Order: sequence, then C-alpha cells, then structure tokens
Amino acid sequence: MTQPAIQVKNLSKSYGLTLALRDVSFEVRRGEIVGFLGPNGAGKTTTMRILVGYLPPTSGTAIVDGYDVLKDSLEVRRRIGYLPENISLYNDMTVEAFLEFMATIRGVARKRVRERVRAVMAQTRLDHMARVLIGKLSRGYRQRVGLAQALVHDPPILILDEPTVGLDPRQIIETRQLIKSLAGDHTVILSSHILPEVSMTCQRVLVIHQGQIVAEDAPENLAARLRGSERIRVEVRGPADQVRRALEAIPGVLAVIPEARDGVASFAIDCAVGTDLREQVAEAVVRGGWGLRELRPVGMSLEEIFLKLTTEEPDGNTGNPGDNREGA
Amino acid sequence: MGIRAILAITAKELNSYFASFIAYAVVAGFLFVTGAFFSLSVLLSRQVNLRFTLTDVAIILLFVSPAITMRLLSEEQASGTLELLVTSPIREAEIVLGKFLAALVFLVIMLAATAYYPLLLISYSQPDPGPIAAAYLGLFLQGAAFISLGLFISALTRNQVVAYIFTFGLLLIIWLFEAISGIFGGQVGSILSSLAFYNHFVDFPKGVVDTKDVVFYISVVVFGLVLAERVLESRRWR
Repeated sequence: MTQPAIQVKNLSKSYGLTLALRDVSFEVRRGEIVGFLGPNGAGKTTTMRILVGYLPPTSGTAIVDGYDVLKDSLEVRRRIGYLPENISLYNDMTVEAFLEFMATIRGVARKRVRERVRAVMAQTRLDHMARVLIGKLSRGYRQRVGLAQALVHDPPILILDEPTVGLDPRQIIETRQLIKSLAGDHTVILSSHILPEVSMTCQRVLVIHQGQIVAEDAPENLAARLRGSERIRVEVRGPADQVRRALEAIPGVLAVIPEARDGVASFAIDCAVGTDLREQVAEAVVRGGWGLRELRPVGMSLEEIFLKLTTEEPDGNTGNPGDNREGA
Repeated sequence: MGIRAILAITAKELNSYFASFIAYAVVAGFLFVTGAFFSLSVLLSRQVNLRFTLTDVAIILLFVSPAITMRLLSEEQASGTLELLVTSPIREAEIVLGKFLAALVFLVIMLAATAYYPLLLISYSQPDPGPIAAAYLGLFLQGAAFISLGLFISALTRNQVVAYIFTFGLLLIIWLFEAISGIFGGQVGSILSSLAFYNHFVDFPKGVVDTKDVVFYISVVVFGLVLAERVLESRRWR
C-alpha cells in the first residue's frame, strides 16, 4: 500500500503549438477521492485522457497502479473505469446490452457479466431502463449509463470527467453519494468546474489553470485561502530580518513569506482581503532607509482563478426534488 | 488475443447492421440488381448456366461492399464512441478483427440470399454444381478482400460518405488494373496485371480454383487488416 495509485511527473502535452499541459506533477493515494477543479479548457480532460491511455503525453510520465500509461497501456486500462466528458454511447443498443458488451470487453468473466450488469444498474438506478434503447434516453439517464459502464468491471481506479454534468439536482445528490461510497475501496479522480461539487465529494483538490496545477489542498483549506487574503510581492535592498519585522508590523498584514533571492530581500505579503497596503508597505520600507526595488500586486491569484469557476450550484437546485421523471 | 472480445464486437456490429434501415436497403438493392441480371441471363441465353450472373455479382460487390464497411470505424470516430473502445483493455487488432468478422457475416448472409438463383435452376434442370460452388468461393474471397480494404479506409476518415467514395474508387482501380496495365507495359504492366482483382476472379466461375488466386485474396485481407490496425494504433503515440 506504499505505492500511490497514480503518480504523475512533469507531464506536458501540446497540440501543435498550443501547450495544453505544462509540467504537471501530482500523486493520488489509494482509496483517495481527488478533484480536478478548473475552468473549462484548463487541462482537466487532457490530463484524464493521458491517464486512461487515450492520448499520449508529449513529455513526462504517468504511472497508474505501478504501470506506465505508455509502455503498459493494457495493464493500465484493465485497472481503470473511465467516464469521458459528454460521453458518446451506442444509440442503437439497449442499456442492458450495452453494459453487457462493455463488461465483456473490459474482461469481466463470462459467468459474472449478468451479475455485474445487474449490480451497476442498481447502483446507478437504471434497473427500469434496462430494455430501453440508449438513443431514447434523456441526458441524465445517458450520464448514468456512462457511470454504469465505468463501474461495470469493478475497477480499482475511477476517472470521471465531469460526472454530474446534465443531471438534475436530485440525480446530482445521488451521484455524489455514489462517488463518496466508492472511496476506500476505489481511488477516484473526478473533474469539475463547479467549486461546491468538488468540496462536497473530494478529500483533496487540485486546482488546474492554463495547463498547470496552481493549488493543491483539502477543500476546507482552499476555501479558507479563497476568503483569506490578497497578495503583494515586494523586493527590498536591505537586511532581510529587519525588513521582514517592519513589514509584519504593518496593520492588516496577515503573513510575510520570504522568497530567497541573492542580495535582495524578497517577500510575498498576504493581506486581509479588500485592502490595498501597497502605500503602507512603501512607507515602511522608506522609513527603514532601505531601497525599494519592486512592489506589485501578484498577477493571477488563486482567487482570480476561482472567479472564473462556477461557484454556485447549477440552476434549479431548489426545484421540486420529487420531479425527476424523465427519459423514455 | 481475446476471442471473447472479438466476438463481442462482432455481435455488437451485427446488431447495429440490422438495427438500421441502411442494411436492409443495401441487401434489397443487391438482390434486386443481381436478380435482374440472373433473369436476363437465363431468359436471353436459355442456358442453365450461372457463369455470367455470378461474374456480374462480383462487379456488383464493388458497389455494395464499400457500403458495408463505410461506417465500421468512421462512425465510431465521428460520434466519439471509439474513446470507449480504445480505453478498454483490448488491442486494436481485436477491434479490427471483430469488425471485419461482422462485415464478413453480413457478406455471407447477402451471398446466401442469392442461393435462390442456383436452387431455382436445380429445380428445373441439372446445372453443373462445380463451377457454381467455385464461383461462390471466389465471391466470398473477393468480398473478404473488399471488406478488408474498406475497413482500412474507414479507419482513415470520420466521414462515412468519404469512406464509401474512396473505398469504391480504390476497389475499382484495382479491379481495372488489367486494363491500365496495357498503358504501362513491361515490368510495371505485369505487376499491375498480377494485382488486378478481375484476373484473380475470372477463373472461379469457370470452376477453376487456383491456389495462387486464393493466396492472393487472403494476402489482400491480411494487408487491409494490418493497415487498419496500424491506423487505429497510431493514435496512441501520435
């Protein structure tokens, strides 16, 4: 159990000239539920597609359950259940026939196929749709069929790309409960662009933005960081200790984080949200008789990335939960 | 190589053929045209002979087999369902073989439906069974070669219409290699002529089963399947 379920090192992916992923590294422990959080186009789907062997990485390595996604693709695929984003299904098959087909090509033993299909149909509440053609299902039911096919061979690792998209509020709650119930036995990576979704289901969140992991933390801590602060970067020529003490003395400063650099003292200063302490910082530096070389608010803060995320539940979450009749 | 996975894909494809209107239209059109040739040939020649009818069937296969193979891989690419197949623990070769077998079964069903013509002749007379059996073997081998190449073309494009047109074009050109070979002459001409589908087929309806023709068709089948597998596999490292 010492080996992590997923190990990604310096993964990059470019499509032609565009760099979709740059130097992404992370690990996922066994039994953990990890969320990829990021706006659309951040690189979540690309990362997942590399993990399931659908796309080759441009550089870097990804190890799933001890197997390299490039060299031992078959072994990796045996261990993964994958729900693609906006899943495409065979519309001319019935739900049951499709799941039996998927179970077979995923290597479920002949004798266990029916049993497994029945189990996942119950798990995803599809029992009453078994004989319905997939092409006649509503979006929500199709998404459940997608989830069912990811689970049908009982894989130890699940990779779910936007698992609740297209579901109605009640189904979203059910799906989240289902995913949570998988923790422990299963390692789960799910992606979302909805903040509350990952904070409700995941134990750890990786925030992905423009192909890079910009933050990694437990959901509670991320939320705290989000509420917490604004950041200023300052570079001062002077004795680091004294400068730091002077900066910390400024009212409104929450933390001063030294950033080592030759000859100059460089700090990141976290301030209470909604305050602009740049003038106070400048004053403190000048008063100390040191040289102020740089003073600027930090470009893309985590907060700004979060602003691009959907921070609310989809519309209609307060709608009548009994009204989930849909489909054929 | 997983036989179960291959057969599962074959079953899925067959289900998909018979769930669609196009399959029935293709079979109906095929039977209508071959039936017309059969009637004309019998009525005009007044002979208990299927040699010309079954040679015509071979030509009709040029038009029909691209319709059997056009959607096999292009549709999965267009709709995105290929993602489900290639992220499953099966090899590309299994996908290709499963689909090839499905198309082959469809071909056999179509050819079996034309058994009506020889049976009709047998009920009235005593046609020579040897050439008829040989012709059916030839049709089967040639159909298999057509399907294999069609599957390869279908792997190259997401568009079914493009797959049909290119497959038909390719088959027609190879069929006509004999005619083109005259233009080149010499070494090139004889290579073209030895690859021409027509030259390899033409002896079967006469009742002559030549090993080199059988080997030729089987080689084409293997060639097409390997190419299709390569194209699918290229996605993993491209």
